[in-house]
Amino acid sequence: MLPWYQNIPFACIFLCMVNGITMPLYRRGRRAFAVTAGVSFAVFALSAVLAVILAAGGERFVYKMGHFPAPWGNEIAADPLTAMLSAMFGLVTGLSLLGGRAAQEADILAPKQPYYFVMVSMLLAALQALAYTNDIFTGYVFIEISTIAACAIVMARDTARTIAATIRYLVISLLGSGLFLIGIVLLYCITGHLLMPQVSEKVMELWNTGRYTEPLTMVVGFITVGLCIKCALFPFHAWLPLAHGGATTSSSAILSGLVLKGYIVLLIKLYYSVFTIEVVRSLKITSVLFVFGIAGMLIGSVQAIREEHIKRMLAYSSIAQIGYVFLGIGLGTEAGMAAAVYQIFVHGVTKPLLFVCAGRLTEVQGHEKSLYRLRGAAVTDPLAGAGFTLGALSMVGLPLLGGFMAKWLLAASSLATLPKLWPALLALAASSVLNALYYVPAVIALWTPSGFMAEKPAKKAPLFLLSALGLAAGVILLGVCCAPLMEAIMAGLRLLEAI
Amino acid sequence: MKELFKLAVVYRFELGAILLFGIGFMNLLLQKNLIRKIIGFNVMDSSVFLFLASQGYIEGRIAPVLTNGSMQAATYVNPIPAGLVLTGIVVSVSVSAFFLALVQRLYLKYGTVEFDEIMLLAKKEAE
Repeated sequence: MLPWYQNIPFACIFLCMVNGITMPLYRRGRRAFAVTAGVSFAVFALSAVLAVILAAGGERFVYKMGHFPAPWGNEIAADPLTAMLSAMFGLVTGLSLLGGRAAQEADILAPKQPYYFVMVSMLLAALQALAYTNDIFTGYVFIEISTIAACAIVMARDTARTIAATIRYLVISLLGSGLFLIGIVLLYCITGHLLMPQVSEKVMELWNTGRYTEPLTMVVGFITVGLCIKCALFPFHAWLPLAHGGATTSSSAILSGLVLKGYIVLLIKLYYSVFTIEVVRSLKITSVLFVFGIAGMLIGSVQAIREEHIKRMLAYSSIAQIGYVFLGIGLGTEAGMAAAVYQIFVHGVTKPLLFVCAGRLTEVQGHEKSLYRLRGAAVTDPLAGAGFTLGALSMVGLPLLGGFMAKWLLAASSLATLPKLWPALLALAASSVLNALYYVPAVIALWTPSGFMAEKPAKKAPLFLLSALGLAAGVILLGVCCAPLMEAIMAGLRLLEAI
Repeated sequence: MKELFKLAVVYRFELGAILLFGIGFMNLLLQKNLIRKIIGFNVMDSSVFLFLASQGYIEGRIAPVLTNGSMQAATYVNPIPAGLVLTGIVVSVSVSAFFLALVQRLYLKYGTVEFDEIMLLAKKEAE
């Protein structure tokens, strides 16, 4: 008999899929919305319980699908880290849906709204599966599911521009998944297994005997490049601003906050559980990621400074934030990886907060998107303004907020890696200044009264309020209670490495 | 030269797969015509399936179906790659369908499937 909590990962994924399949049965968007948001919060609650149990026991377990034994069956594996990530995926999806509700009504045709929630549910299922899966081919299948679902929630706002942006996103994503597919096929050919522990064993054997070193290098390269294309690491970022900036509010929040992270989580998992970090480091792949991470941090911010459209500015900022994650991965140490994972959490909460608040601000100002015409929006709706300001300050790196903690951890972990120390510290400093250069003027503009302000006060939006409060609490919590979370992340990474 | 030719015959599937992957990848990346992009995508995925299926094929063995009652695994080819190819084909078909649906929507709006023209028109529309 399995302990009851071992059923949670599969139950959560399955719940989301069943929910997605039943969505078209609803005729009205409102009920579909309520059910999907409820399911997201249920996923959050269940995964959080699982995370607490696993973190308390320092436990990692493998769940056999259909009880087929190891080299043949399909498996999912859960450890404290993946459970926490799933909890975040569920929570942020739910809160983004709540916060973007008004925009969904405005952007998506009423009869099509249930289909929007099909895609959101599938996306949540795919993200969790990417975190939990213990089988590389299952990883590929869920990458494709998340690609389709992500493209579909971009094009839910059915304007010609968003469809064009979706096609661009889809093409680039397909290139990425093609590379990933050929990578895992080669990996299967040289190891003969698909389950991560067995593949890892063979990879170790090949590495130690020096056989198939070139194919192994190619495999790591293909998988890394494929996943980096999908998570918009510089120089593969060109598709992101249009797709994330043009979508409806909740889509932008989910895409920027979570979908990009799903692929990074899979990459980290593969590095730890399959190739092992020593092999990746000796192939110099981490150093390449380090360089591109820094380039992304700087170039994403520079492009964000030049952007006038508020949501596209936030999208460019996502490119910079992904750069931070890869800076941490690129350090190639355990502390660096843990800092990168912390940054995943921080950005996964902060960026949805910014998108949700930006969506609300544009709504009270007559759906204007340019920062110039949004002047004074924060005065009309001070709470949305406060949420945006909080998120922006966290991105700039004000102490007591999540963004500061992530930067501090990245800087601290770079101290141990001498050749990368100065580039990392300089890039962190420069990028903080650049962040301030666009976030601070944006915040000031939002709080400056102007002739564009609406005459009557904004209508109350309780759902938005709930969402902004939840996300803002997350940002502050991540800034204040860093130690217990870091401990759990470290424990999770060690458990991933141990297999 | 003769040696090289022999090698090419032995690795015919792999060579074909590599060529097709290159062709498909570049078409998906560089073609301006969206329909051609989709065809490029299909060529790329098919090449991976060819590669995968050829890796499971063992010269002189038969398909893993119990016909003559042979219970020995050594008489059959490896069936797992075939299963993976099947999964891959399902994924590839659904992505192609989604892609085609998107292109159709754009065509109804703009009357063209050339991506450059569409981007220009979309930009004009925004201004």
